[in-house]
Amino acid sequence: MSPWSNWETETKDLILPNGGTPAGTSSPASSSSLLNRLQLDDDIDGETRDLFVVVDDPKKHVCTMETYITYRITTKSTRVEFDLPEYSVRRRYQDFDWLRSKLEESQPTHLIPPLPEKFVVKGVVDRFSEEFVETRRKALDKFLKRITDHPVLSFNEHFNIFLTAKDLNIYKKQGIALLTRMGESVKHVTGGYKLRTRPLEFAAIGDYLDTFALKLGTIDRIAQRIIKEEIEYLVELREYGPVYSTWSALEGELAEPLEGVSACIGNCSTALEELTDDMTEDFLPVLREYILYSDSMKSVLKKRDQVQAEYEAKLEAVALRKEDRPKVPADVEKCQDRMECFNADLKADMERWQNNKRQDFRQLLMGMADKNIQYYEKCLMAWESIIPLLQEKQEAKFPVTAVLS
Amino acid sequence: MEQATPDPERQLQPAPLEPLGRSDAGLGVTVDEEAERAREEGSGGDTMTHNNFWLKKIEISVSEAEKRTGRNAMNMQETYTAYLIETRSVEHTDGQSVLTDSLWRRYSEFELLRNYLLVYYPHIVVPPLPEKRAEFVWHKLSADNMDPDFVERRRIGLENFLLRIASHPILCRDKIFYLFLTQEGNWKETVNETGFQLKADSRLKALNATFRVKNPDKRFTDLKHYSDELQSVISHLLRVRARVADRLYGVYKVHGNYGRVFSEWSAIEKEMGDGLQSAGHHMDVYASSIDDILEDEEHYADQLKEYLFYAEALRAVCRKHELMQYDLEIAAQDLASKKQQCEELATGTVRTFSLKGMTTKLFGQETPEQREARIKVLEEQINEGEQQLKSKNLEGREFVKNAWADIERFKEQKNRDLKEALISYAVMQISMCKKGIQVWTNAKECFSKM
Repeated sequence: MSPWSNWETETKDLILPNGGTPAGTSSPASSSSLLNRLQLDDDIDGETRDLFVVVDDPKKHVCTMETYITYRITTKSTRVEFDLPEYSVRRRYQDFDWLRSKLEESQPTHLIPPLPEKFVVKGVVDRFSEEFVETRRKALDKFLKRITDHPVLSFNEHFNIFLTAKDLNIYKKQGIALLTRMGESVKHVTGGYKLRTRPLEFAAIGDYLDTFALKLGTIDRIAQRIIKEEIEYLVELREYGPVYSTWSALEGELAEPLEGVSACIGNCSTALEELTDDMTEDFLPVLREYILYSDSMKSVLKKRDQVQAEYEAKLEAVALRKEDRPKVPADVEKCQDRMECFNADLKADMERWQNNKRQDFRQLLMGMADKNIQYYEKCLMAWESIIPLLQEKQEAKFPVTAVLS
Repeated sequence: MEQATPDPERQLQPAPLEPLGRSDAGLGVTVDEEAERAREEGSGGDTMTHNNFWLKKIEISVSEAEKRTGRNAMNMQETYTAYLIETRSVEHTDGQSVLTDSLWRRYSEFELLRNYLLVYYPHIVVPPLPEKRAEFVWHKLSADNMDPDFVERRRIGLENFLLRIASHPILCRDKIFYLFLTQEGNWKETVNETGFQLKADSRLKALNATFRVKNPDKRFTDLKHYSDELQSVISHLLRVRARVADRLYGVYKVHGNYGRVFSEWSAIEKEMGDGLQSAGHHMDVYASSIDDILEDEEHYADQLKEYLFYAEALRAVCRKHELMQYDLEIAAQDLASKKQQCEELATGTVRTFSLKGMTTKLFGQETPEQREARIKVLEEQINEGEQQLKSKNLEGREFVKNAWADIERFKEQKNRDLKEALISYAVMQISMCKKGIQVWTNAKECFSKM
């Protein structure tokens, strides 16, 4: 029994397909052509997009105090909130972090997309290696695209500044509070209230998220285990292939066939290495991101609980005041408003999240299947190509009936 | 000194048996071709060939294995496996086969047969037996001799051994081999009565010869070197292959976990549920496919193992040559020294050290009669020695000729067999890749329906 049966009705939300990463984003020259490509692709819901954001072109900066990476953020928009039609700025990870905290502060009723992990947990990875930077770039691009797709978040002023300001540090220092009305009011909700029971629909969301995160965690562990086993298999293959070469050096007629087998195993080893690299770089990070995402949603749920708790407490307080016709005071009404807005925002975000999750996982898992198919296809090609070599010079007397079914 | 030529007593007369093609489909060698080759090789003074008519074909199979218990030489109870050997004669005209003989043998009897062949056919590369104990195992396979998979592979190996002998132009005509297939009781006694154990060269003697021979035929030296290298490289290959199999097993089996977690996850999803569930099923199929794949690969490993053991047989022929050559060199040396002694006695000069010389110095000169007697003895010995040297030389040359002929035959066989093994290995890999593509394509389709 799914918690989503209430949301069967189609919404007119901007449910856009997952933007995905355009190919070849590492080339610095062509980000505007990339944006053009996006423009053409995204008319799917009949809604025209008016905001496009791309993260690309990572660059290393070496200063006296530190070394860090910046990414180019290119924005194209027809919205009135943007003075210019196009912007190009450079941002580093801590800027993204700043943006995220600001969004959380100013839009507490909404689910803010997760950022890739700040610190690299497994110390083996080099922060400045090409693979790491590329993985991070993709995640940051995803982050901004999710915000762009959000009907409320994409209009957030902090987001605007992030995309447009020449020097973000000025804004950071000034600490301009650009809180929305809702943000302002929710900010004042003190944490002292405890919710008795979560309404069914939100409890269901909570349960779902718990199980979901659990399953993702398991899948993450399985995927890591598979990669580990594959790497160990690769180590053995790298010793196995060359032994055929050694043998080939001893032989006359068998020299070429043996050498052929050795080369073939070498090709399969390379294909396997590509598979494990892809899985490490593309599959695992996205999986982990979704675990962070569901954690974010859980904290939003908790905030919602807070708001409801406050409302219920205040309501109770009023009921306890023995009046004949208790008039609901203004501040209790405000609480109710707050709660109902929050509930609506959260439900809408949850539905959007569910749809995106479905697209994202479909793409992720199909990608995993694809990578494995490609691996086997490379190996198949290698082995099929040496069959004629092996069959060469077979005497007619002894035909080999190799069944290639 | 064993003869290089087959002893007529041990040959079948007349030989009702012929070498036959292997009963497995792979090689399709016909009897006639084998006969052709046998005639061409004309090994040794085998006069039997010319008179035989290849009337009947014979099929040999080791069809069953059975666990038995019995009492061993020390009257202790033991468990062993017995193998059923069936021989069928196939009528040339209608291809129908009739069971002519059927008996049970255990591994130790196969060993006895092989040891006998090694002694009486030292110039032949004698086919090896399958391994006594399971080696180069990867973790799933049991190293236990009683394990049914091991017993099954051994059954196939023993059948292969018999077929190799039966298709060898010289070995197939051996009487003891014939009796092995046909005479259940008393066979062991019959073999032992040939006295072959006594005729066997001692290990020590052979080792000694290896280090001291001065002029071995270079071809044999090279061949010995080759067989050493071959043994080393195939051992290495088998060891690594076992590790590769182990790791591959791990990769496939872990994927089975996806099956379970996808199933659990699908329970909380609405639209994604069916896709996840059915993809999980494909992951289970993938995980279980590795068992058959690796079982097939064991067959490839067995083919390699046979040639690993063949390397030892090659080395045995080389050792025999070294032994004969060494023997020859010693005899020549001995003869030369006797001649010299004789000369010295005749001319009265003593150049070489001899015990007689010493005692003469110590106890006085010998009489002319004594000297004459000694010269005569020496002359007789020299004569004998020269005859012996002549025949040893002849034997040596015969051995080299016959051995080299069989080695050439073996080379051809090896190249054919190993090429076939590599092809079947490639075919196995291709099949594995295709299965992989199939499973992941199915899974991808399920994911696309999510």
